[in-house]
Amino acid sequence: MKSLAELQAIRDKMQANLGLRHDEEEKTRIVVGMATCGIAAGARPVLSAFVDLIGQNNLTDVTVTQTGCIGICQYEPIVEVAIPGEEKVTYINMDADKAKEVFEQHVQRGVPIAKYALNTVMDK
Amino acid sequence: MYRSHVLVCGGTGCTSSGSEKLITALNEEIEKNGLSNEVQVVKTGCFGLCALGPIMIIYPEGSFYSMVKIDDIPEIVSEHLLKGRVVERLIYNETITDDGIKSLNETDFYKKQKRVALRNCGVINPECIDEYIAYDGYAALGKVLTKMTPEEVIDVIKESELRGRGGGGFPTGVKWSLARGNEADQKYVCCNADEGDPGAFMDRSVLEGDPHALLEAMAIAGYAIGADQGYVYVRAEYPIAVHRLQVAINQANEYGLLGKNLFGTDFNFNVEIRLGAGAFVCGEETALITSIEGNRGEPKPRPPFPAQKGLFGKPTILNNVETYANIPQIILNGVDWFKSMGTEKSRGTKVFALGGKIHNTGLVEVPMGTTLREIVEEIGGGIPDGKTFKAAQTGGPSGGCIPASHLDIPIDYDNLIEIGSMMGSGGLIVMDEDDCMVDIAKFFLEFTVEESCGKCVPCRIGTKRLYELLEKITSGNGVPEDLDRLVTLSEYIKQNSLCGLGQTAPNPVLSTLRYFRDEYEAHVNQKQCPAGVCTDLLQYEIIEDKCIGCTACARVCPADAISGKVKEPHVIDKDKCIKCGACIEKCRFSAIIVR
Repeated sequence: MKSLAELQAIRDKMQANLGLRHDEEEKTRIVVGMATCGIAAGARPVLSAFVDLIGQNNLTDVTVTQTGCIGICQYEPIVEVAIPGEEKVTYINMDADKAKEVFEQHVQRGVPIAKYALNTVMDK
Repeated sequence: MYRSHVLVCGGTGCTSSGSEKLITALNEEIEKNGLSNEVQVVKTGCFGLCALGPIMIIYPEGSFYSMVKIDDIPEIVSEHLLKGRVVERLIYNETITDDGIKSLNETDFYKKQKRVALRNCGVINPECIDEYIAYDGYAALGKVLTKMTPEEVIDVIKESELRGRGGGGFPTGVKWSLARGNEADQKYVCCNADEGDPGAFMDRSVLEGDPHALLEAMAIAGYAIGADQGYVYVRAEYPIAVHRLQVAINQANEYGLLGKNLFGTDFNFNVEIRLGAGAFVCGEETALITSIEGNRGEPKPRPPFPAQKGLFGKPTILNNVETYANIPQIILNGVDWFKSMGTEKSRGTKVFALGGKIHNTGLVEVPMGTTLREIVEEIGGGIPDGKTFKAAQTGGPSGGCIPASHLDIPIDYDNLIEIGSMMGSGGLIVMDEDDCMVDIAKFFLEFTVEESCGKCVPCRIGTKRLYELLEKITSGNGVPEDLDRLVTLSEYIKQNSLCGLGQTAPNPVLSTLRYFRDEYEAHVNQKQCPAGVCTDLLQYEIIEDKCIGCTACARVCPADAISGKVKEPHVIDKDKCIKCGACIEKCRFSAIIVR
């Protein structure tokens, strides 16, 4: 170890990975429906896409979790994006490409994508 | 990037309840479900709640699973990790409330704890230096080497008023500055990881859960006193701790966090492990140093103190693992932060190993000044089976017992000494109404007799005689004068022994005599053991009115001590009775009692 900067670099790189071991309220949550209906409709690639994107962008304040069936199986794969302090947005009929769009527009820039959303609360 | 981390406790407690096998099963099941790239299984150090092991926490949900079995693994993987449904039946029931599942930090066990020395235990993978670095690891060493002079480091430690966590409570900063003040061509930094008190496993858990913290602190100490070589003296009977420490040393060397020219400065520091064979006396500093030198572990008179003439005759500092674990945090967070915890004369926190008659057996870290009642009743969850608290033993064989009347005393170094016990390394054994205090004193004396190194007479012979007196009392042959003899002999041993082992060995006797003299008197005067533990003093009797003469007891008695006719009350021949208790178990009419 030659310098503090070198140590800092390792620290920053690792912190992105370990961020999810803290129970903080201030995190953005991406929830993917992973019940039988979700999996059958192709939720796995959607989930993987989000995980990869978070990793590539070193985001520490975003977690990906799964959830069970919420009863509207015909719209699966379903993804919810909850940014603290804002209305939760539910996206339907997702795939990996749409997931990428949602990630870039909504998660990173805070602009929900109305055309993929189930609810019509799009007052922004 | 993993979306989920499964933290499985790999401390000694959970390892012995099978966590190693769980990890293998988890990895297989995760592989089978194709989740290997999404879910990471991490083996951590001790979470503290050893009574409920094996323990597992799944993030980001923070679900705390306790007493997990191999058969539960497929369900956890397919339900929780694949479908995101928490397996409620395995969730630690304290975290389940009417409104769903609450955070672990809100449970009674964790709520009052403040984790400083244990901050990374159960949080990081101890065999991964990167994870330690992510939690500010080695930042304190970097700060010290690049921005502080050795004198400044010592001043910070002095001002923090950190006291040694190994027993005596000597101010750490003073120790360091003494060693710094002694000129020498070579100095040494040693770590006492020879935790020998029965029931204590604090240092072991830090080594198992956060070994890099120790290495970082030893390097800081080396810089402060001007030493470039460190030794960790750890007992060979701690295999997991030894292994993880060696892994940590290798990783630190590889990263250049130990070795030469650390952080581009001209400071060099190496650490080596020395294995102890498990002698209790080697926890005493001069005996430990003698043992590192390769000699038989026996203490030496002080002075000279190790800070003057220690290892190989050179100035040496020796601190215990928990003390070191506090150092990087003090450097990073500052003196004020550290002093904000604890009491005026005992700053910071203390780790206790809770054991004995208590619900939540395990490891807890609380601010100094927390009362024994809070530790036993709130964090520890109280005494099982509705029994009542009788006493708690702190400081192991060197300490004493604290009776119920002192439950509300704030625990710190000075208060414990005042009531006749001591902090020791932090073992805390809880006893209930079923424990005989004379028997407890005898247990600890048996230990010190066994562990006395034999170098000085007061300890070698004195503890043996003390033990024999206790044996005489518990076997029903004691006379009232024996109680005075116990006190006289105890005082003599305390005053004349060479090292801490002998000087503290009579403490369990003196403190039990002080608080439970009535129990001793019952043994010598009435020849009775009120707790019903000392078998020689027990009498088995059949209550005539309750006995219906079923002959069940007579048939089960291995000594043929019970006689009587069918359908008539039976009698026990006290000379033949071997007090095995078989008759009581057989009797369906509660007709047999023990006095």
